[in-house]
Amino acid sequence: MQPTDAYIQPRLLSWRSSGGKLCTKMDQTFLAIVFGPCDKCSKEKPLRPVSVKSEQRSYCSLCVEMVRPAQTRQCSSARRKPLTKRDLVDMARPGPEFSSKVMVKSSAALPMATEGLHENETLASLKSEAESLKGKLEEERAKLHDVELHQVAERVEALGQFVMKTRRTLKGHGNKVLCMDWCKDKRRIVSSSQDGKVIVWDSFTTNKEHAVTMPCTWVMACAYAPSGCAIACGFPLSVTAIITLFSGLDNKCSVYPLTFEKNENMAAKKKSVAMHTNYLSACSFTNSDMQVNAFPTRCSPSPNWSCTQILTASGDGTCALWDVESGQLLQSFHGHGADVLCLDLAPSETGNTFVSGGCDKKAMVWDMRSGQCVQSFETHDSDINSVRYYPSGDAFASGSDDATCRLYDLRADREVAIYSKESIIFGASSVDFSLSGRLLFAGYNDYTINVWDVLKGSRVSILFGHENRVSTLRVSPDGTAFCSGSWDHTLRVSAGRTERFFLQLLNERGSGGRVVRGKLL
Amino acid sequence: MSSGGSLSTMQRLVEQLKLEAAVERIKVSQAAAELQQYCMQNACKDALLVGVPTGSNPFREPRSCALL
Repeated sequence: MQPTDAYIQPRLLSWRSSGGKLCTKMDQTFLAIVFGPCDKCSKEKPLRPVSVKSEQRSYCSLCVEMVRPAQTRQCSSARRKPLTKRDLVDMARPGPEFSSKVMVKSSAALPMATEGLHENETLASLKSEAESLKGKLEEERAKLHDVELHQVAERVEALGQFVMKTRRTLKGHGNKVLCMDWCKDKRRIVSSSQDGKVIVWDSFTTNKEHAVTMPCTWVMACAYAPSGCAIACGFPLSVTAIITLFSGLDNKCSVYPLTFEKNENMAAKKKSVAMHTNYLSACSFTNSDMQVNAFPTRCSPSPNWSCTQILTASGDGTCALWDVESGQLLQSFHGHGADVLCLDLAPSETGNTFVSGGCDKKAMVWDMRSGQCVQSFETHDSDINSVRYYPSGDAFASGSDDATCRLYDLRADREVAIYSKESIIFGASSVDFSLSGRLLFAGYNDYTINVWDVLKGSRVSILFGHENRVSTLRVSPDGTAFCSGSWDHTLRVSAGRTERFFLQLLNERGSGGRVVRGKLL
Repeated sequence: MSSGGSLSTMQRLVEQLKLEAAVERIKVSQAAAELQQYCMQNACKDALLVGVPTGSNPFREPRSCALL
């Protein structure tokens, strides 16, 4: 079979610095790598040329690792931004070279020529090394754990009562709402549901602007592109589709599937379908037996990369970065031991990383350029359903089936807060921060939304209203409201404020007498 | 051979752990102070914290207009 479809891989350059240290960086030019069925395992993957028994073959990265286990890749220390103080400290340190590989799940056996006894010894020594490294990691983290977040925040004024009202209820889905996202215009919302529909709403008027029927139910993920002109949806046909929305007179939608088609020309694949009464007729996506990204569960268009890239997290344990225009895979991220359920991109000011959470209870932070996992956290007791970056990008929160939400600080490299209560026993499905990061909204499977004070670790409010599990929750881009989607088929846009701050604000503005009570209009 | 497979897995795990152990870290007190500072600096802009003047709230109840 002929390999088809090229994808691009950043090239690694290495050189010796004056201090003798091996330095590496990612080259900005790209090396074309062919994609297609592997000669060894027959899986559709990016291929590399390798010579086996003096014959030229094309193997996928997994099989290449099997054949040449001694092949190591030097760690990339490339950053797109100018070097920070941290980088300089890092480079100046006369440390041992990193030799690291992307962690890949290997299911095939390694063709070993060494004896069994030697193998067992090496395995045992590696295991003990791994254990000691884990211990050392914990030790290093614990050394810097000098205080708790809520202790630091003791002197911060407590938030008063949080008063919230549901402002809009968006009805129209015929089944459970699985995912939603806000448009950058702070007004439009896209939501996807188990009935196979993806609806774009105007949250101010509650009108539906577009409704697209996807060919299968369980549209698990949807996201708005930063441009506002396209939405991406992921669903279990191994395909992520980009739907371009035009608001012109003819009201057409184009659907671009992202998939590995053999001999496929993306321009030919694009379908323009006229819309009748806002509905798009069903499209068919072929080749559903793909293993890579078999189950896209979460989509996120990159805010700081060009608008034409999208990141997906999948039930096969990997994440992938795609180029929308060509529909090709740019980078894949291996390391989770189970389904990846959620991901979030770092806010654009802080760099090219993203965090993912999975069924293996781990939250992992990745470098988008190199595909390397740079930090990982394993303190949850169950699946992590949702991860969200703190607005400054220095921390992230996670919500899990173990009924807790946790805050992890990236620079301290540890968990710094747990948001839990004995009375909360249902898992948190979705979390998001308010604009300043002071409030953490978390939707739970017991139909409620709990609002936490991020700094103090206490619960500020508990919000009722949904009649079934809250499956998705997002704060609007300008922080004026938040939208929650639920298995009760509705989405609710809610707004509110903490009473104390409100009263303080009124008093500061000079209302002519001390205000002690305010009314939420 | 399964032991062969797990050998390479273990090698990768060890490499990954070495990488993670070498990450630069700061004290929790410092990290927490910076998180708090960010919160305080942006609190006034946070509509869900301080609220917005009712007139400019885009989600206020739609008022009906009386046509003369």
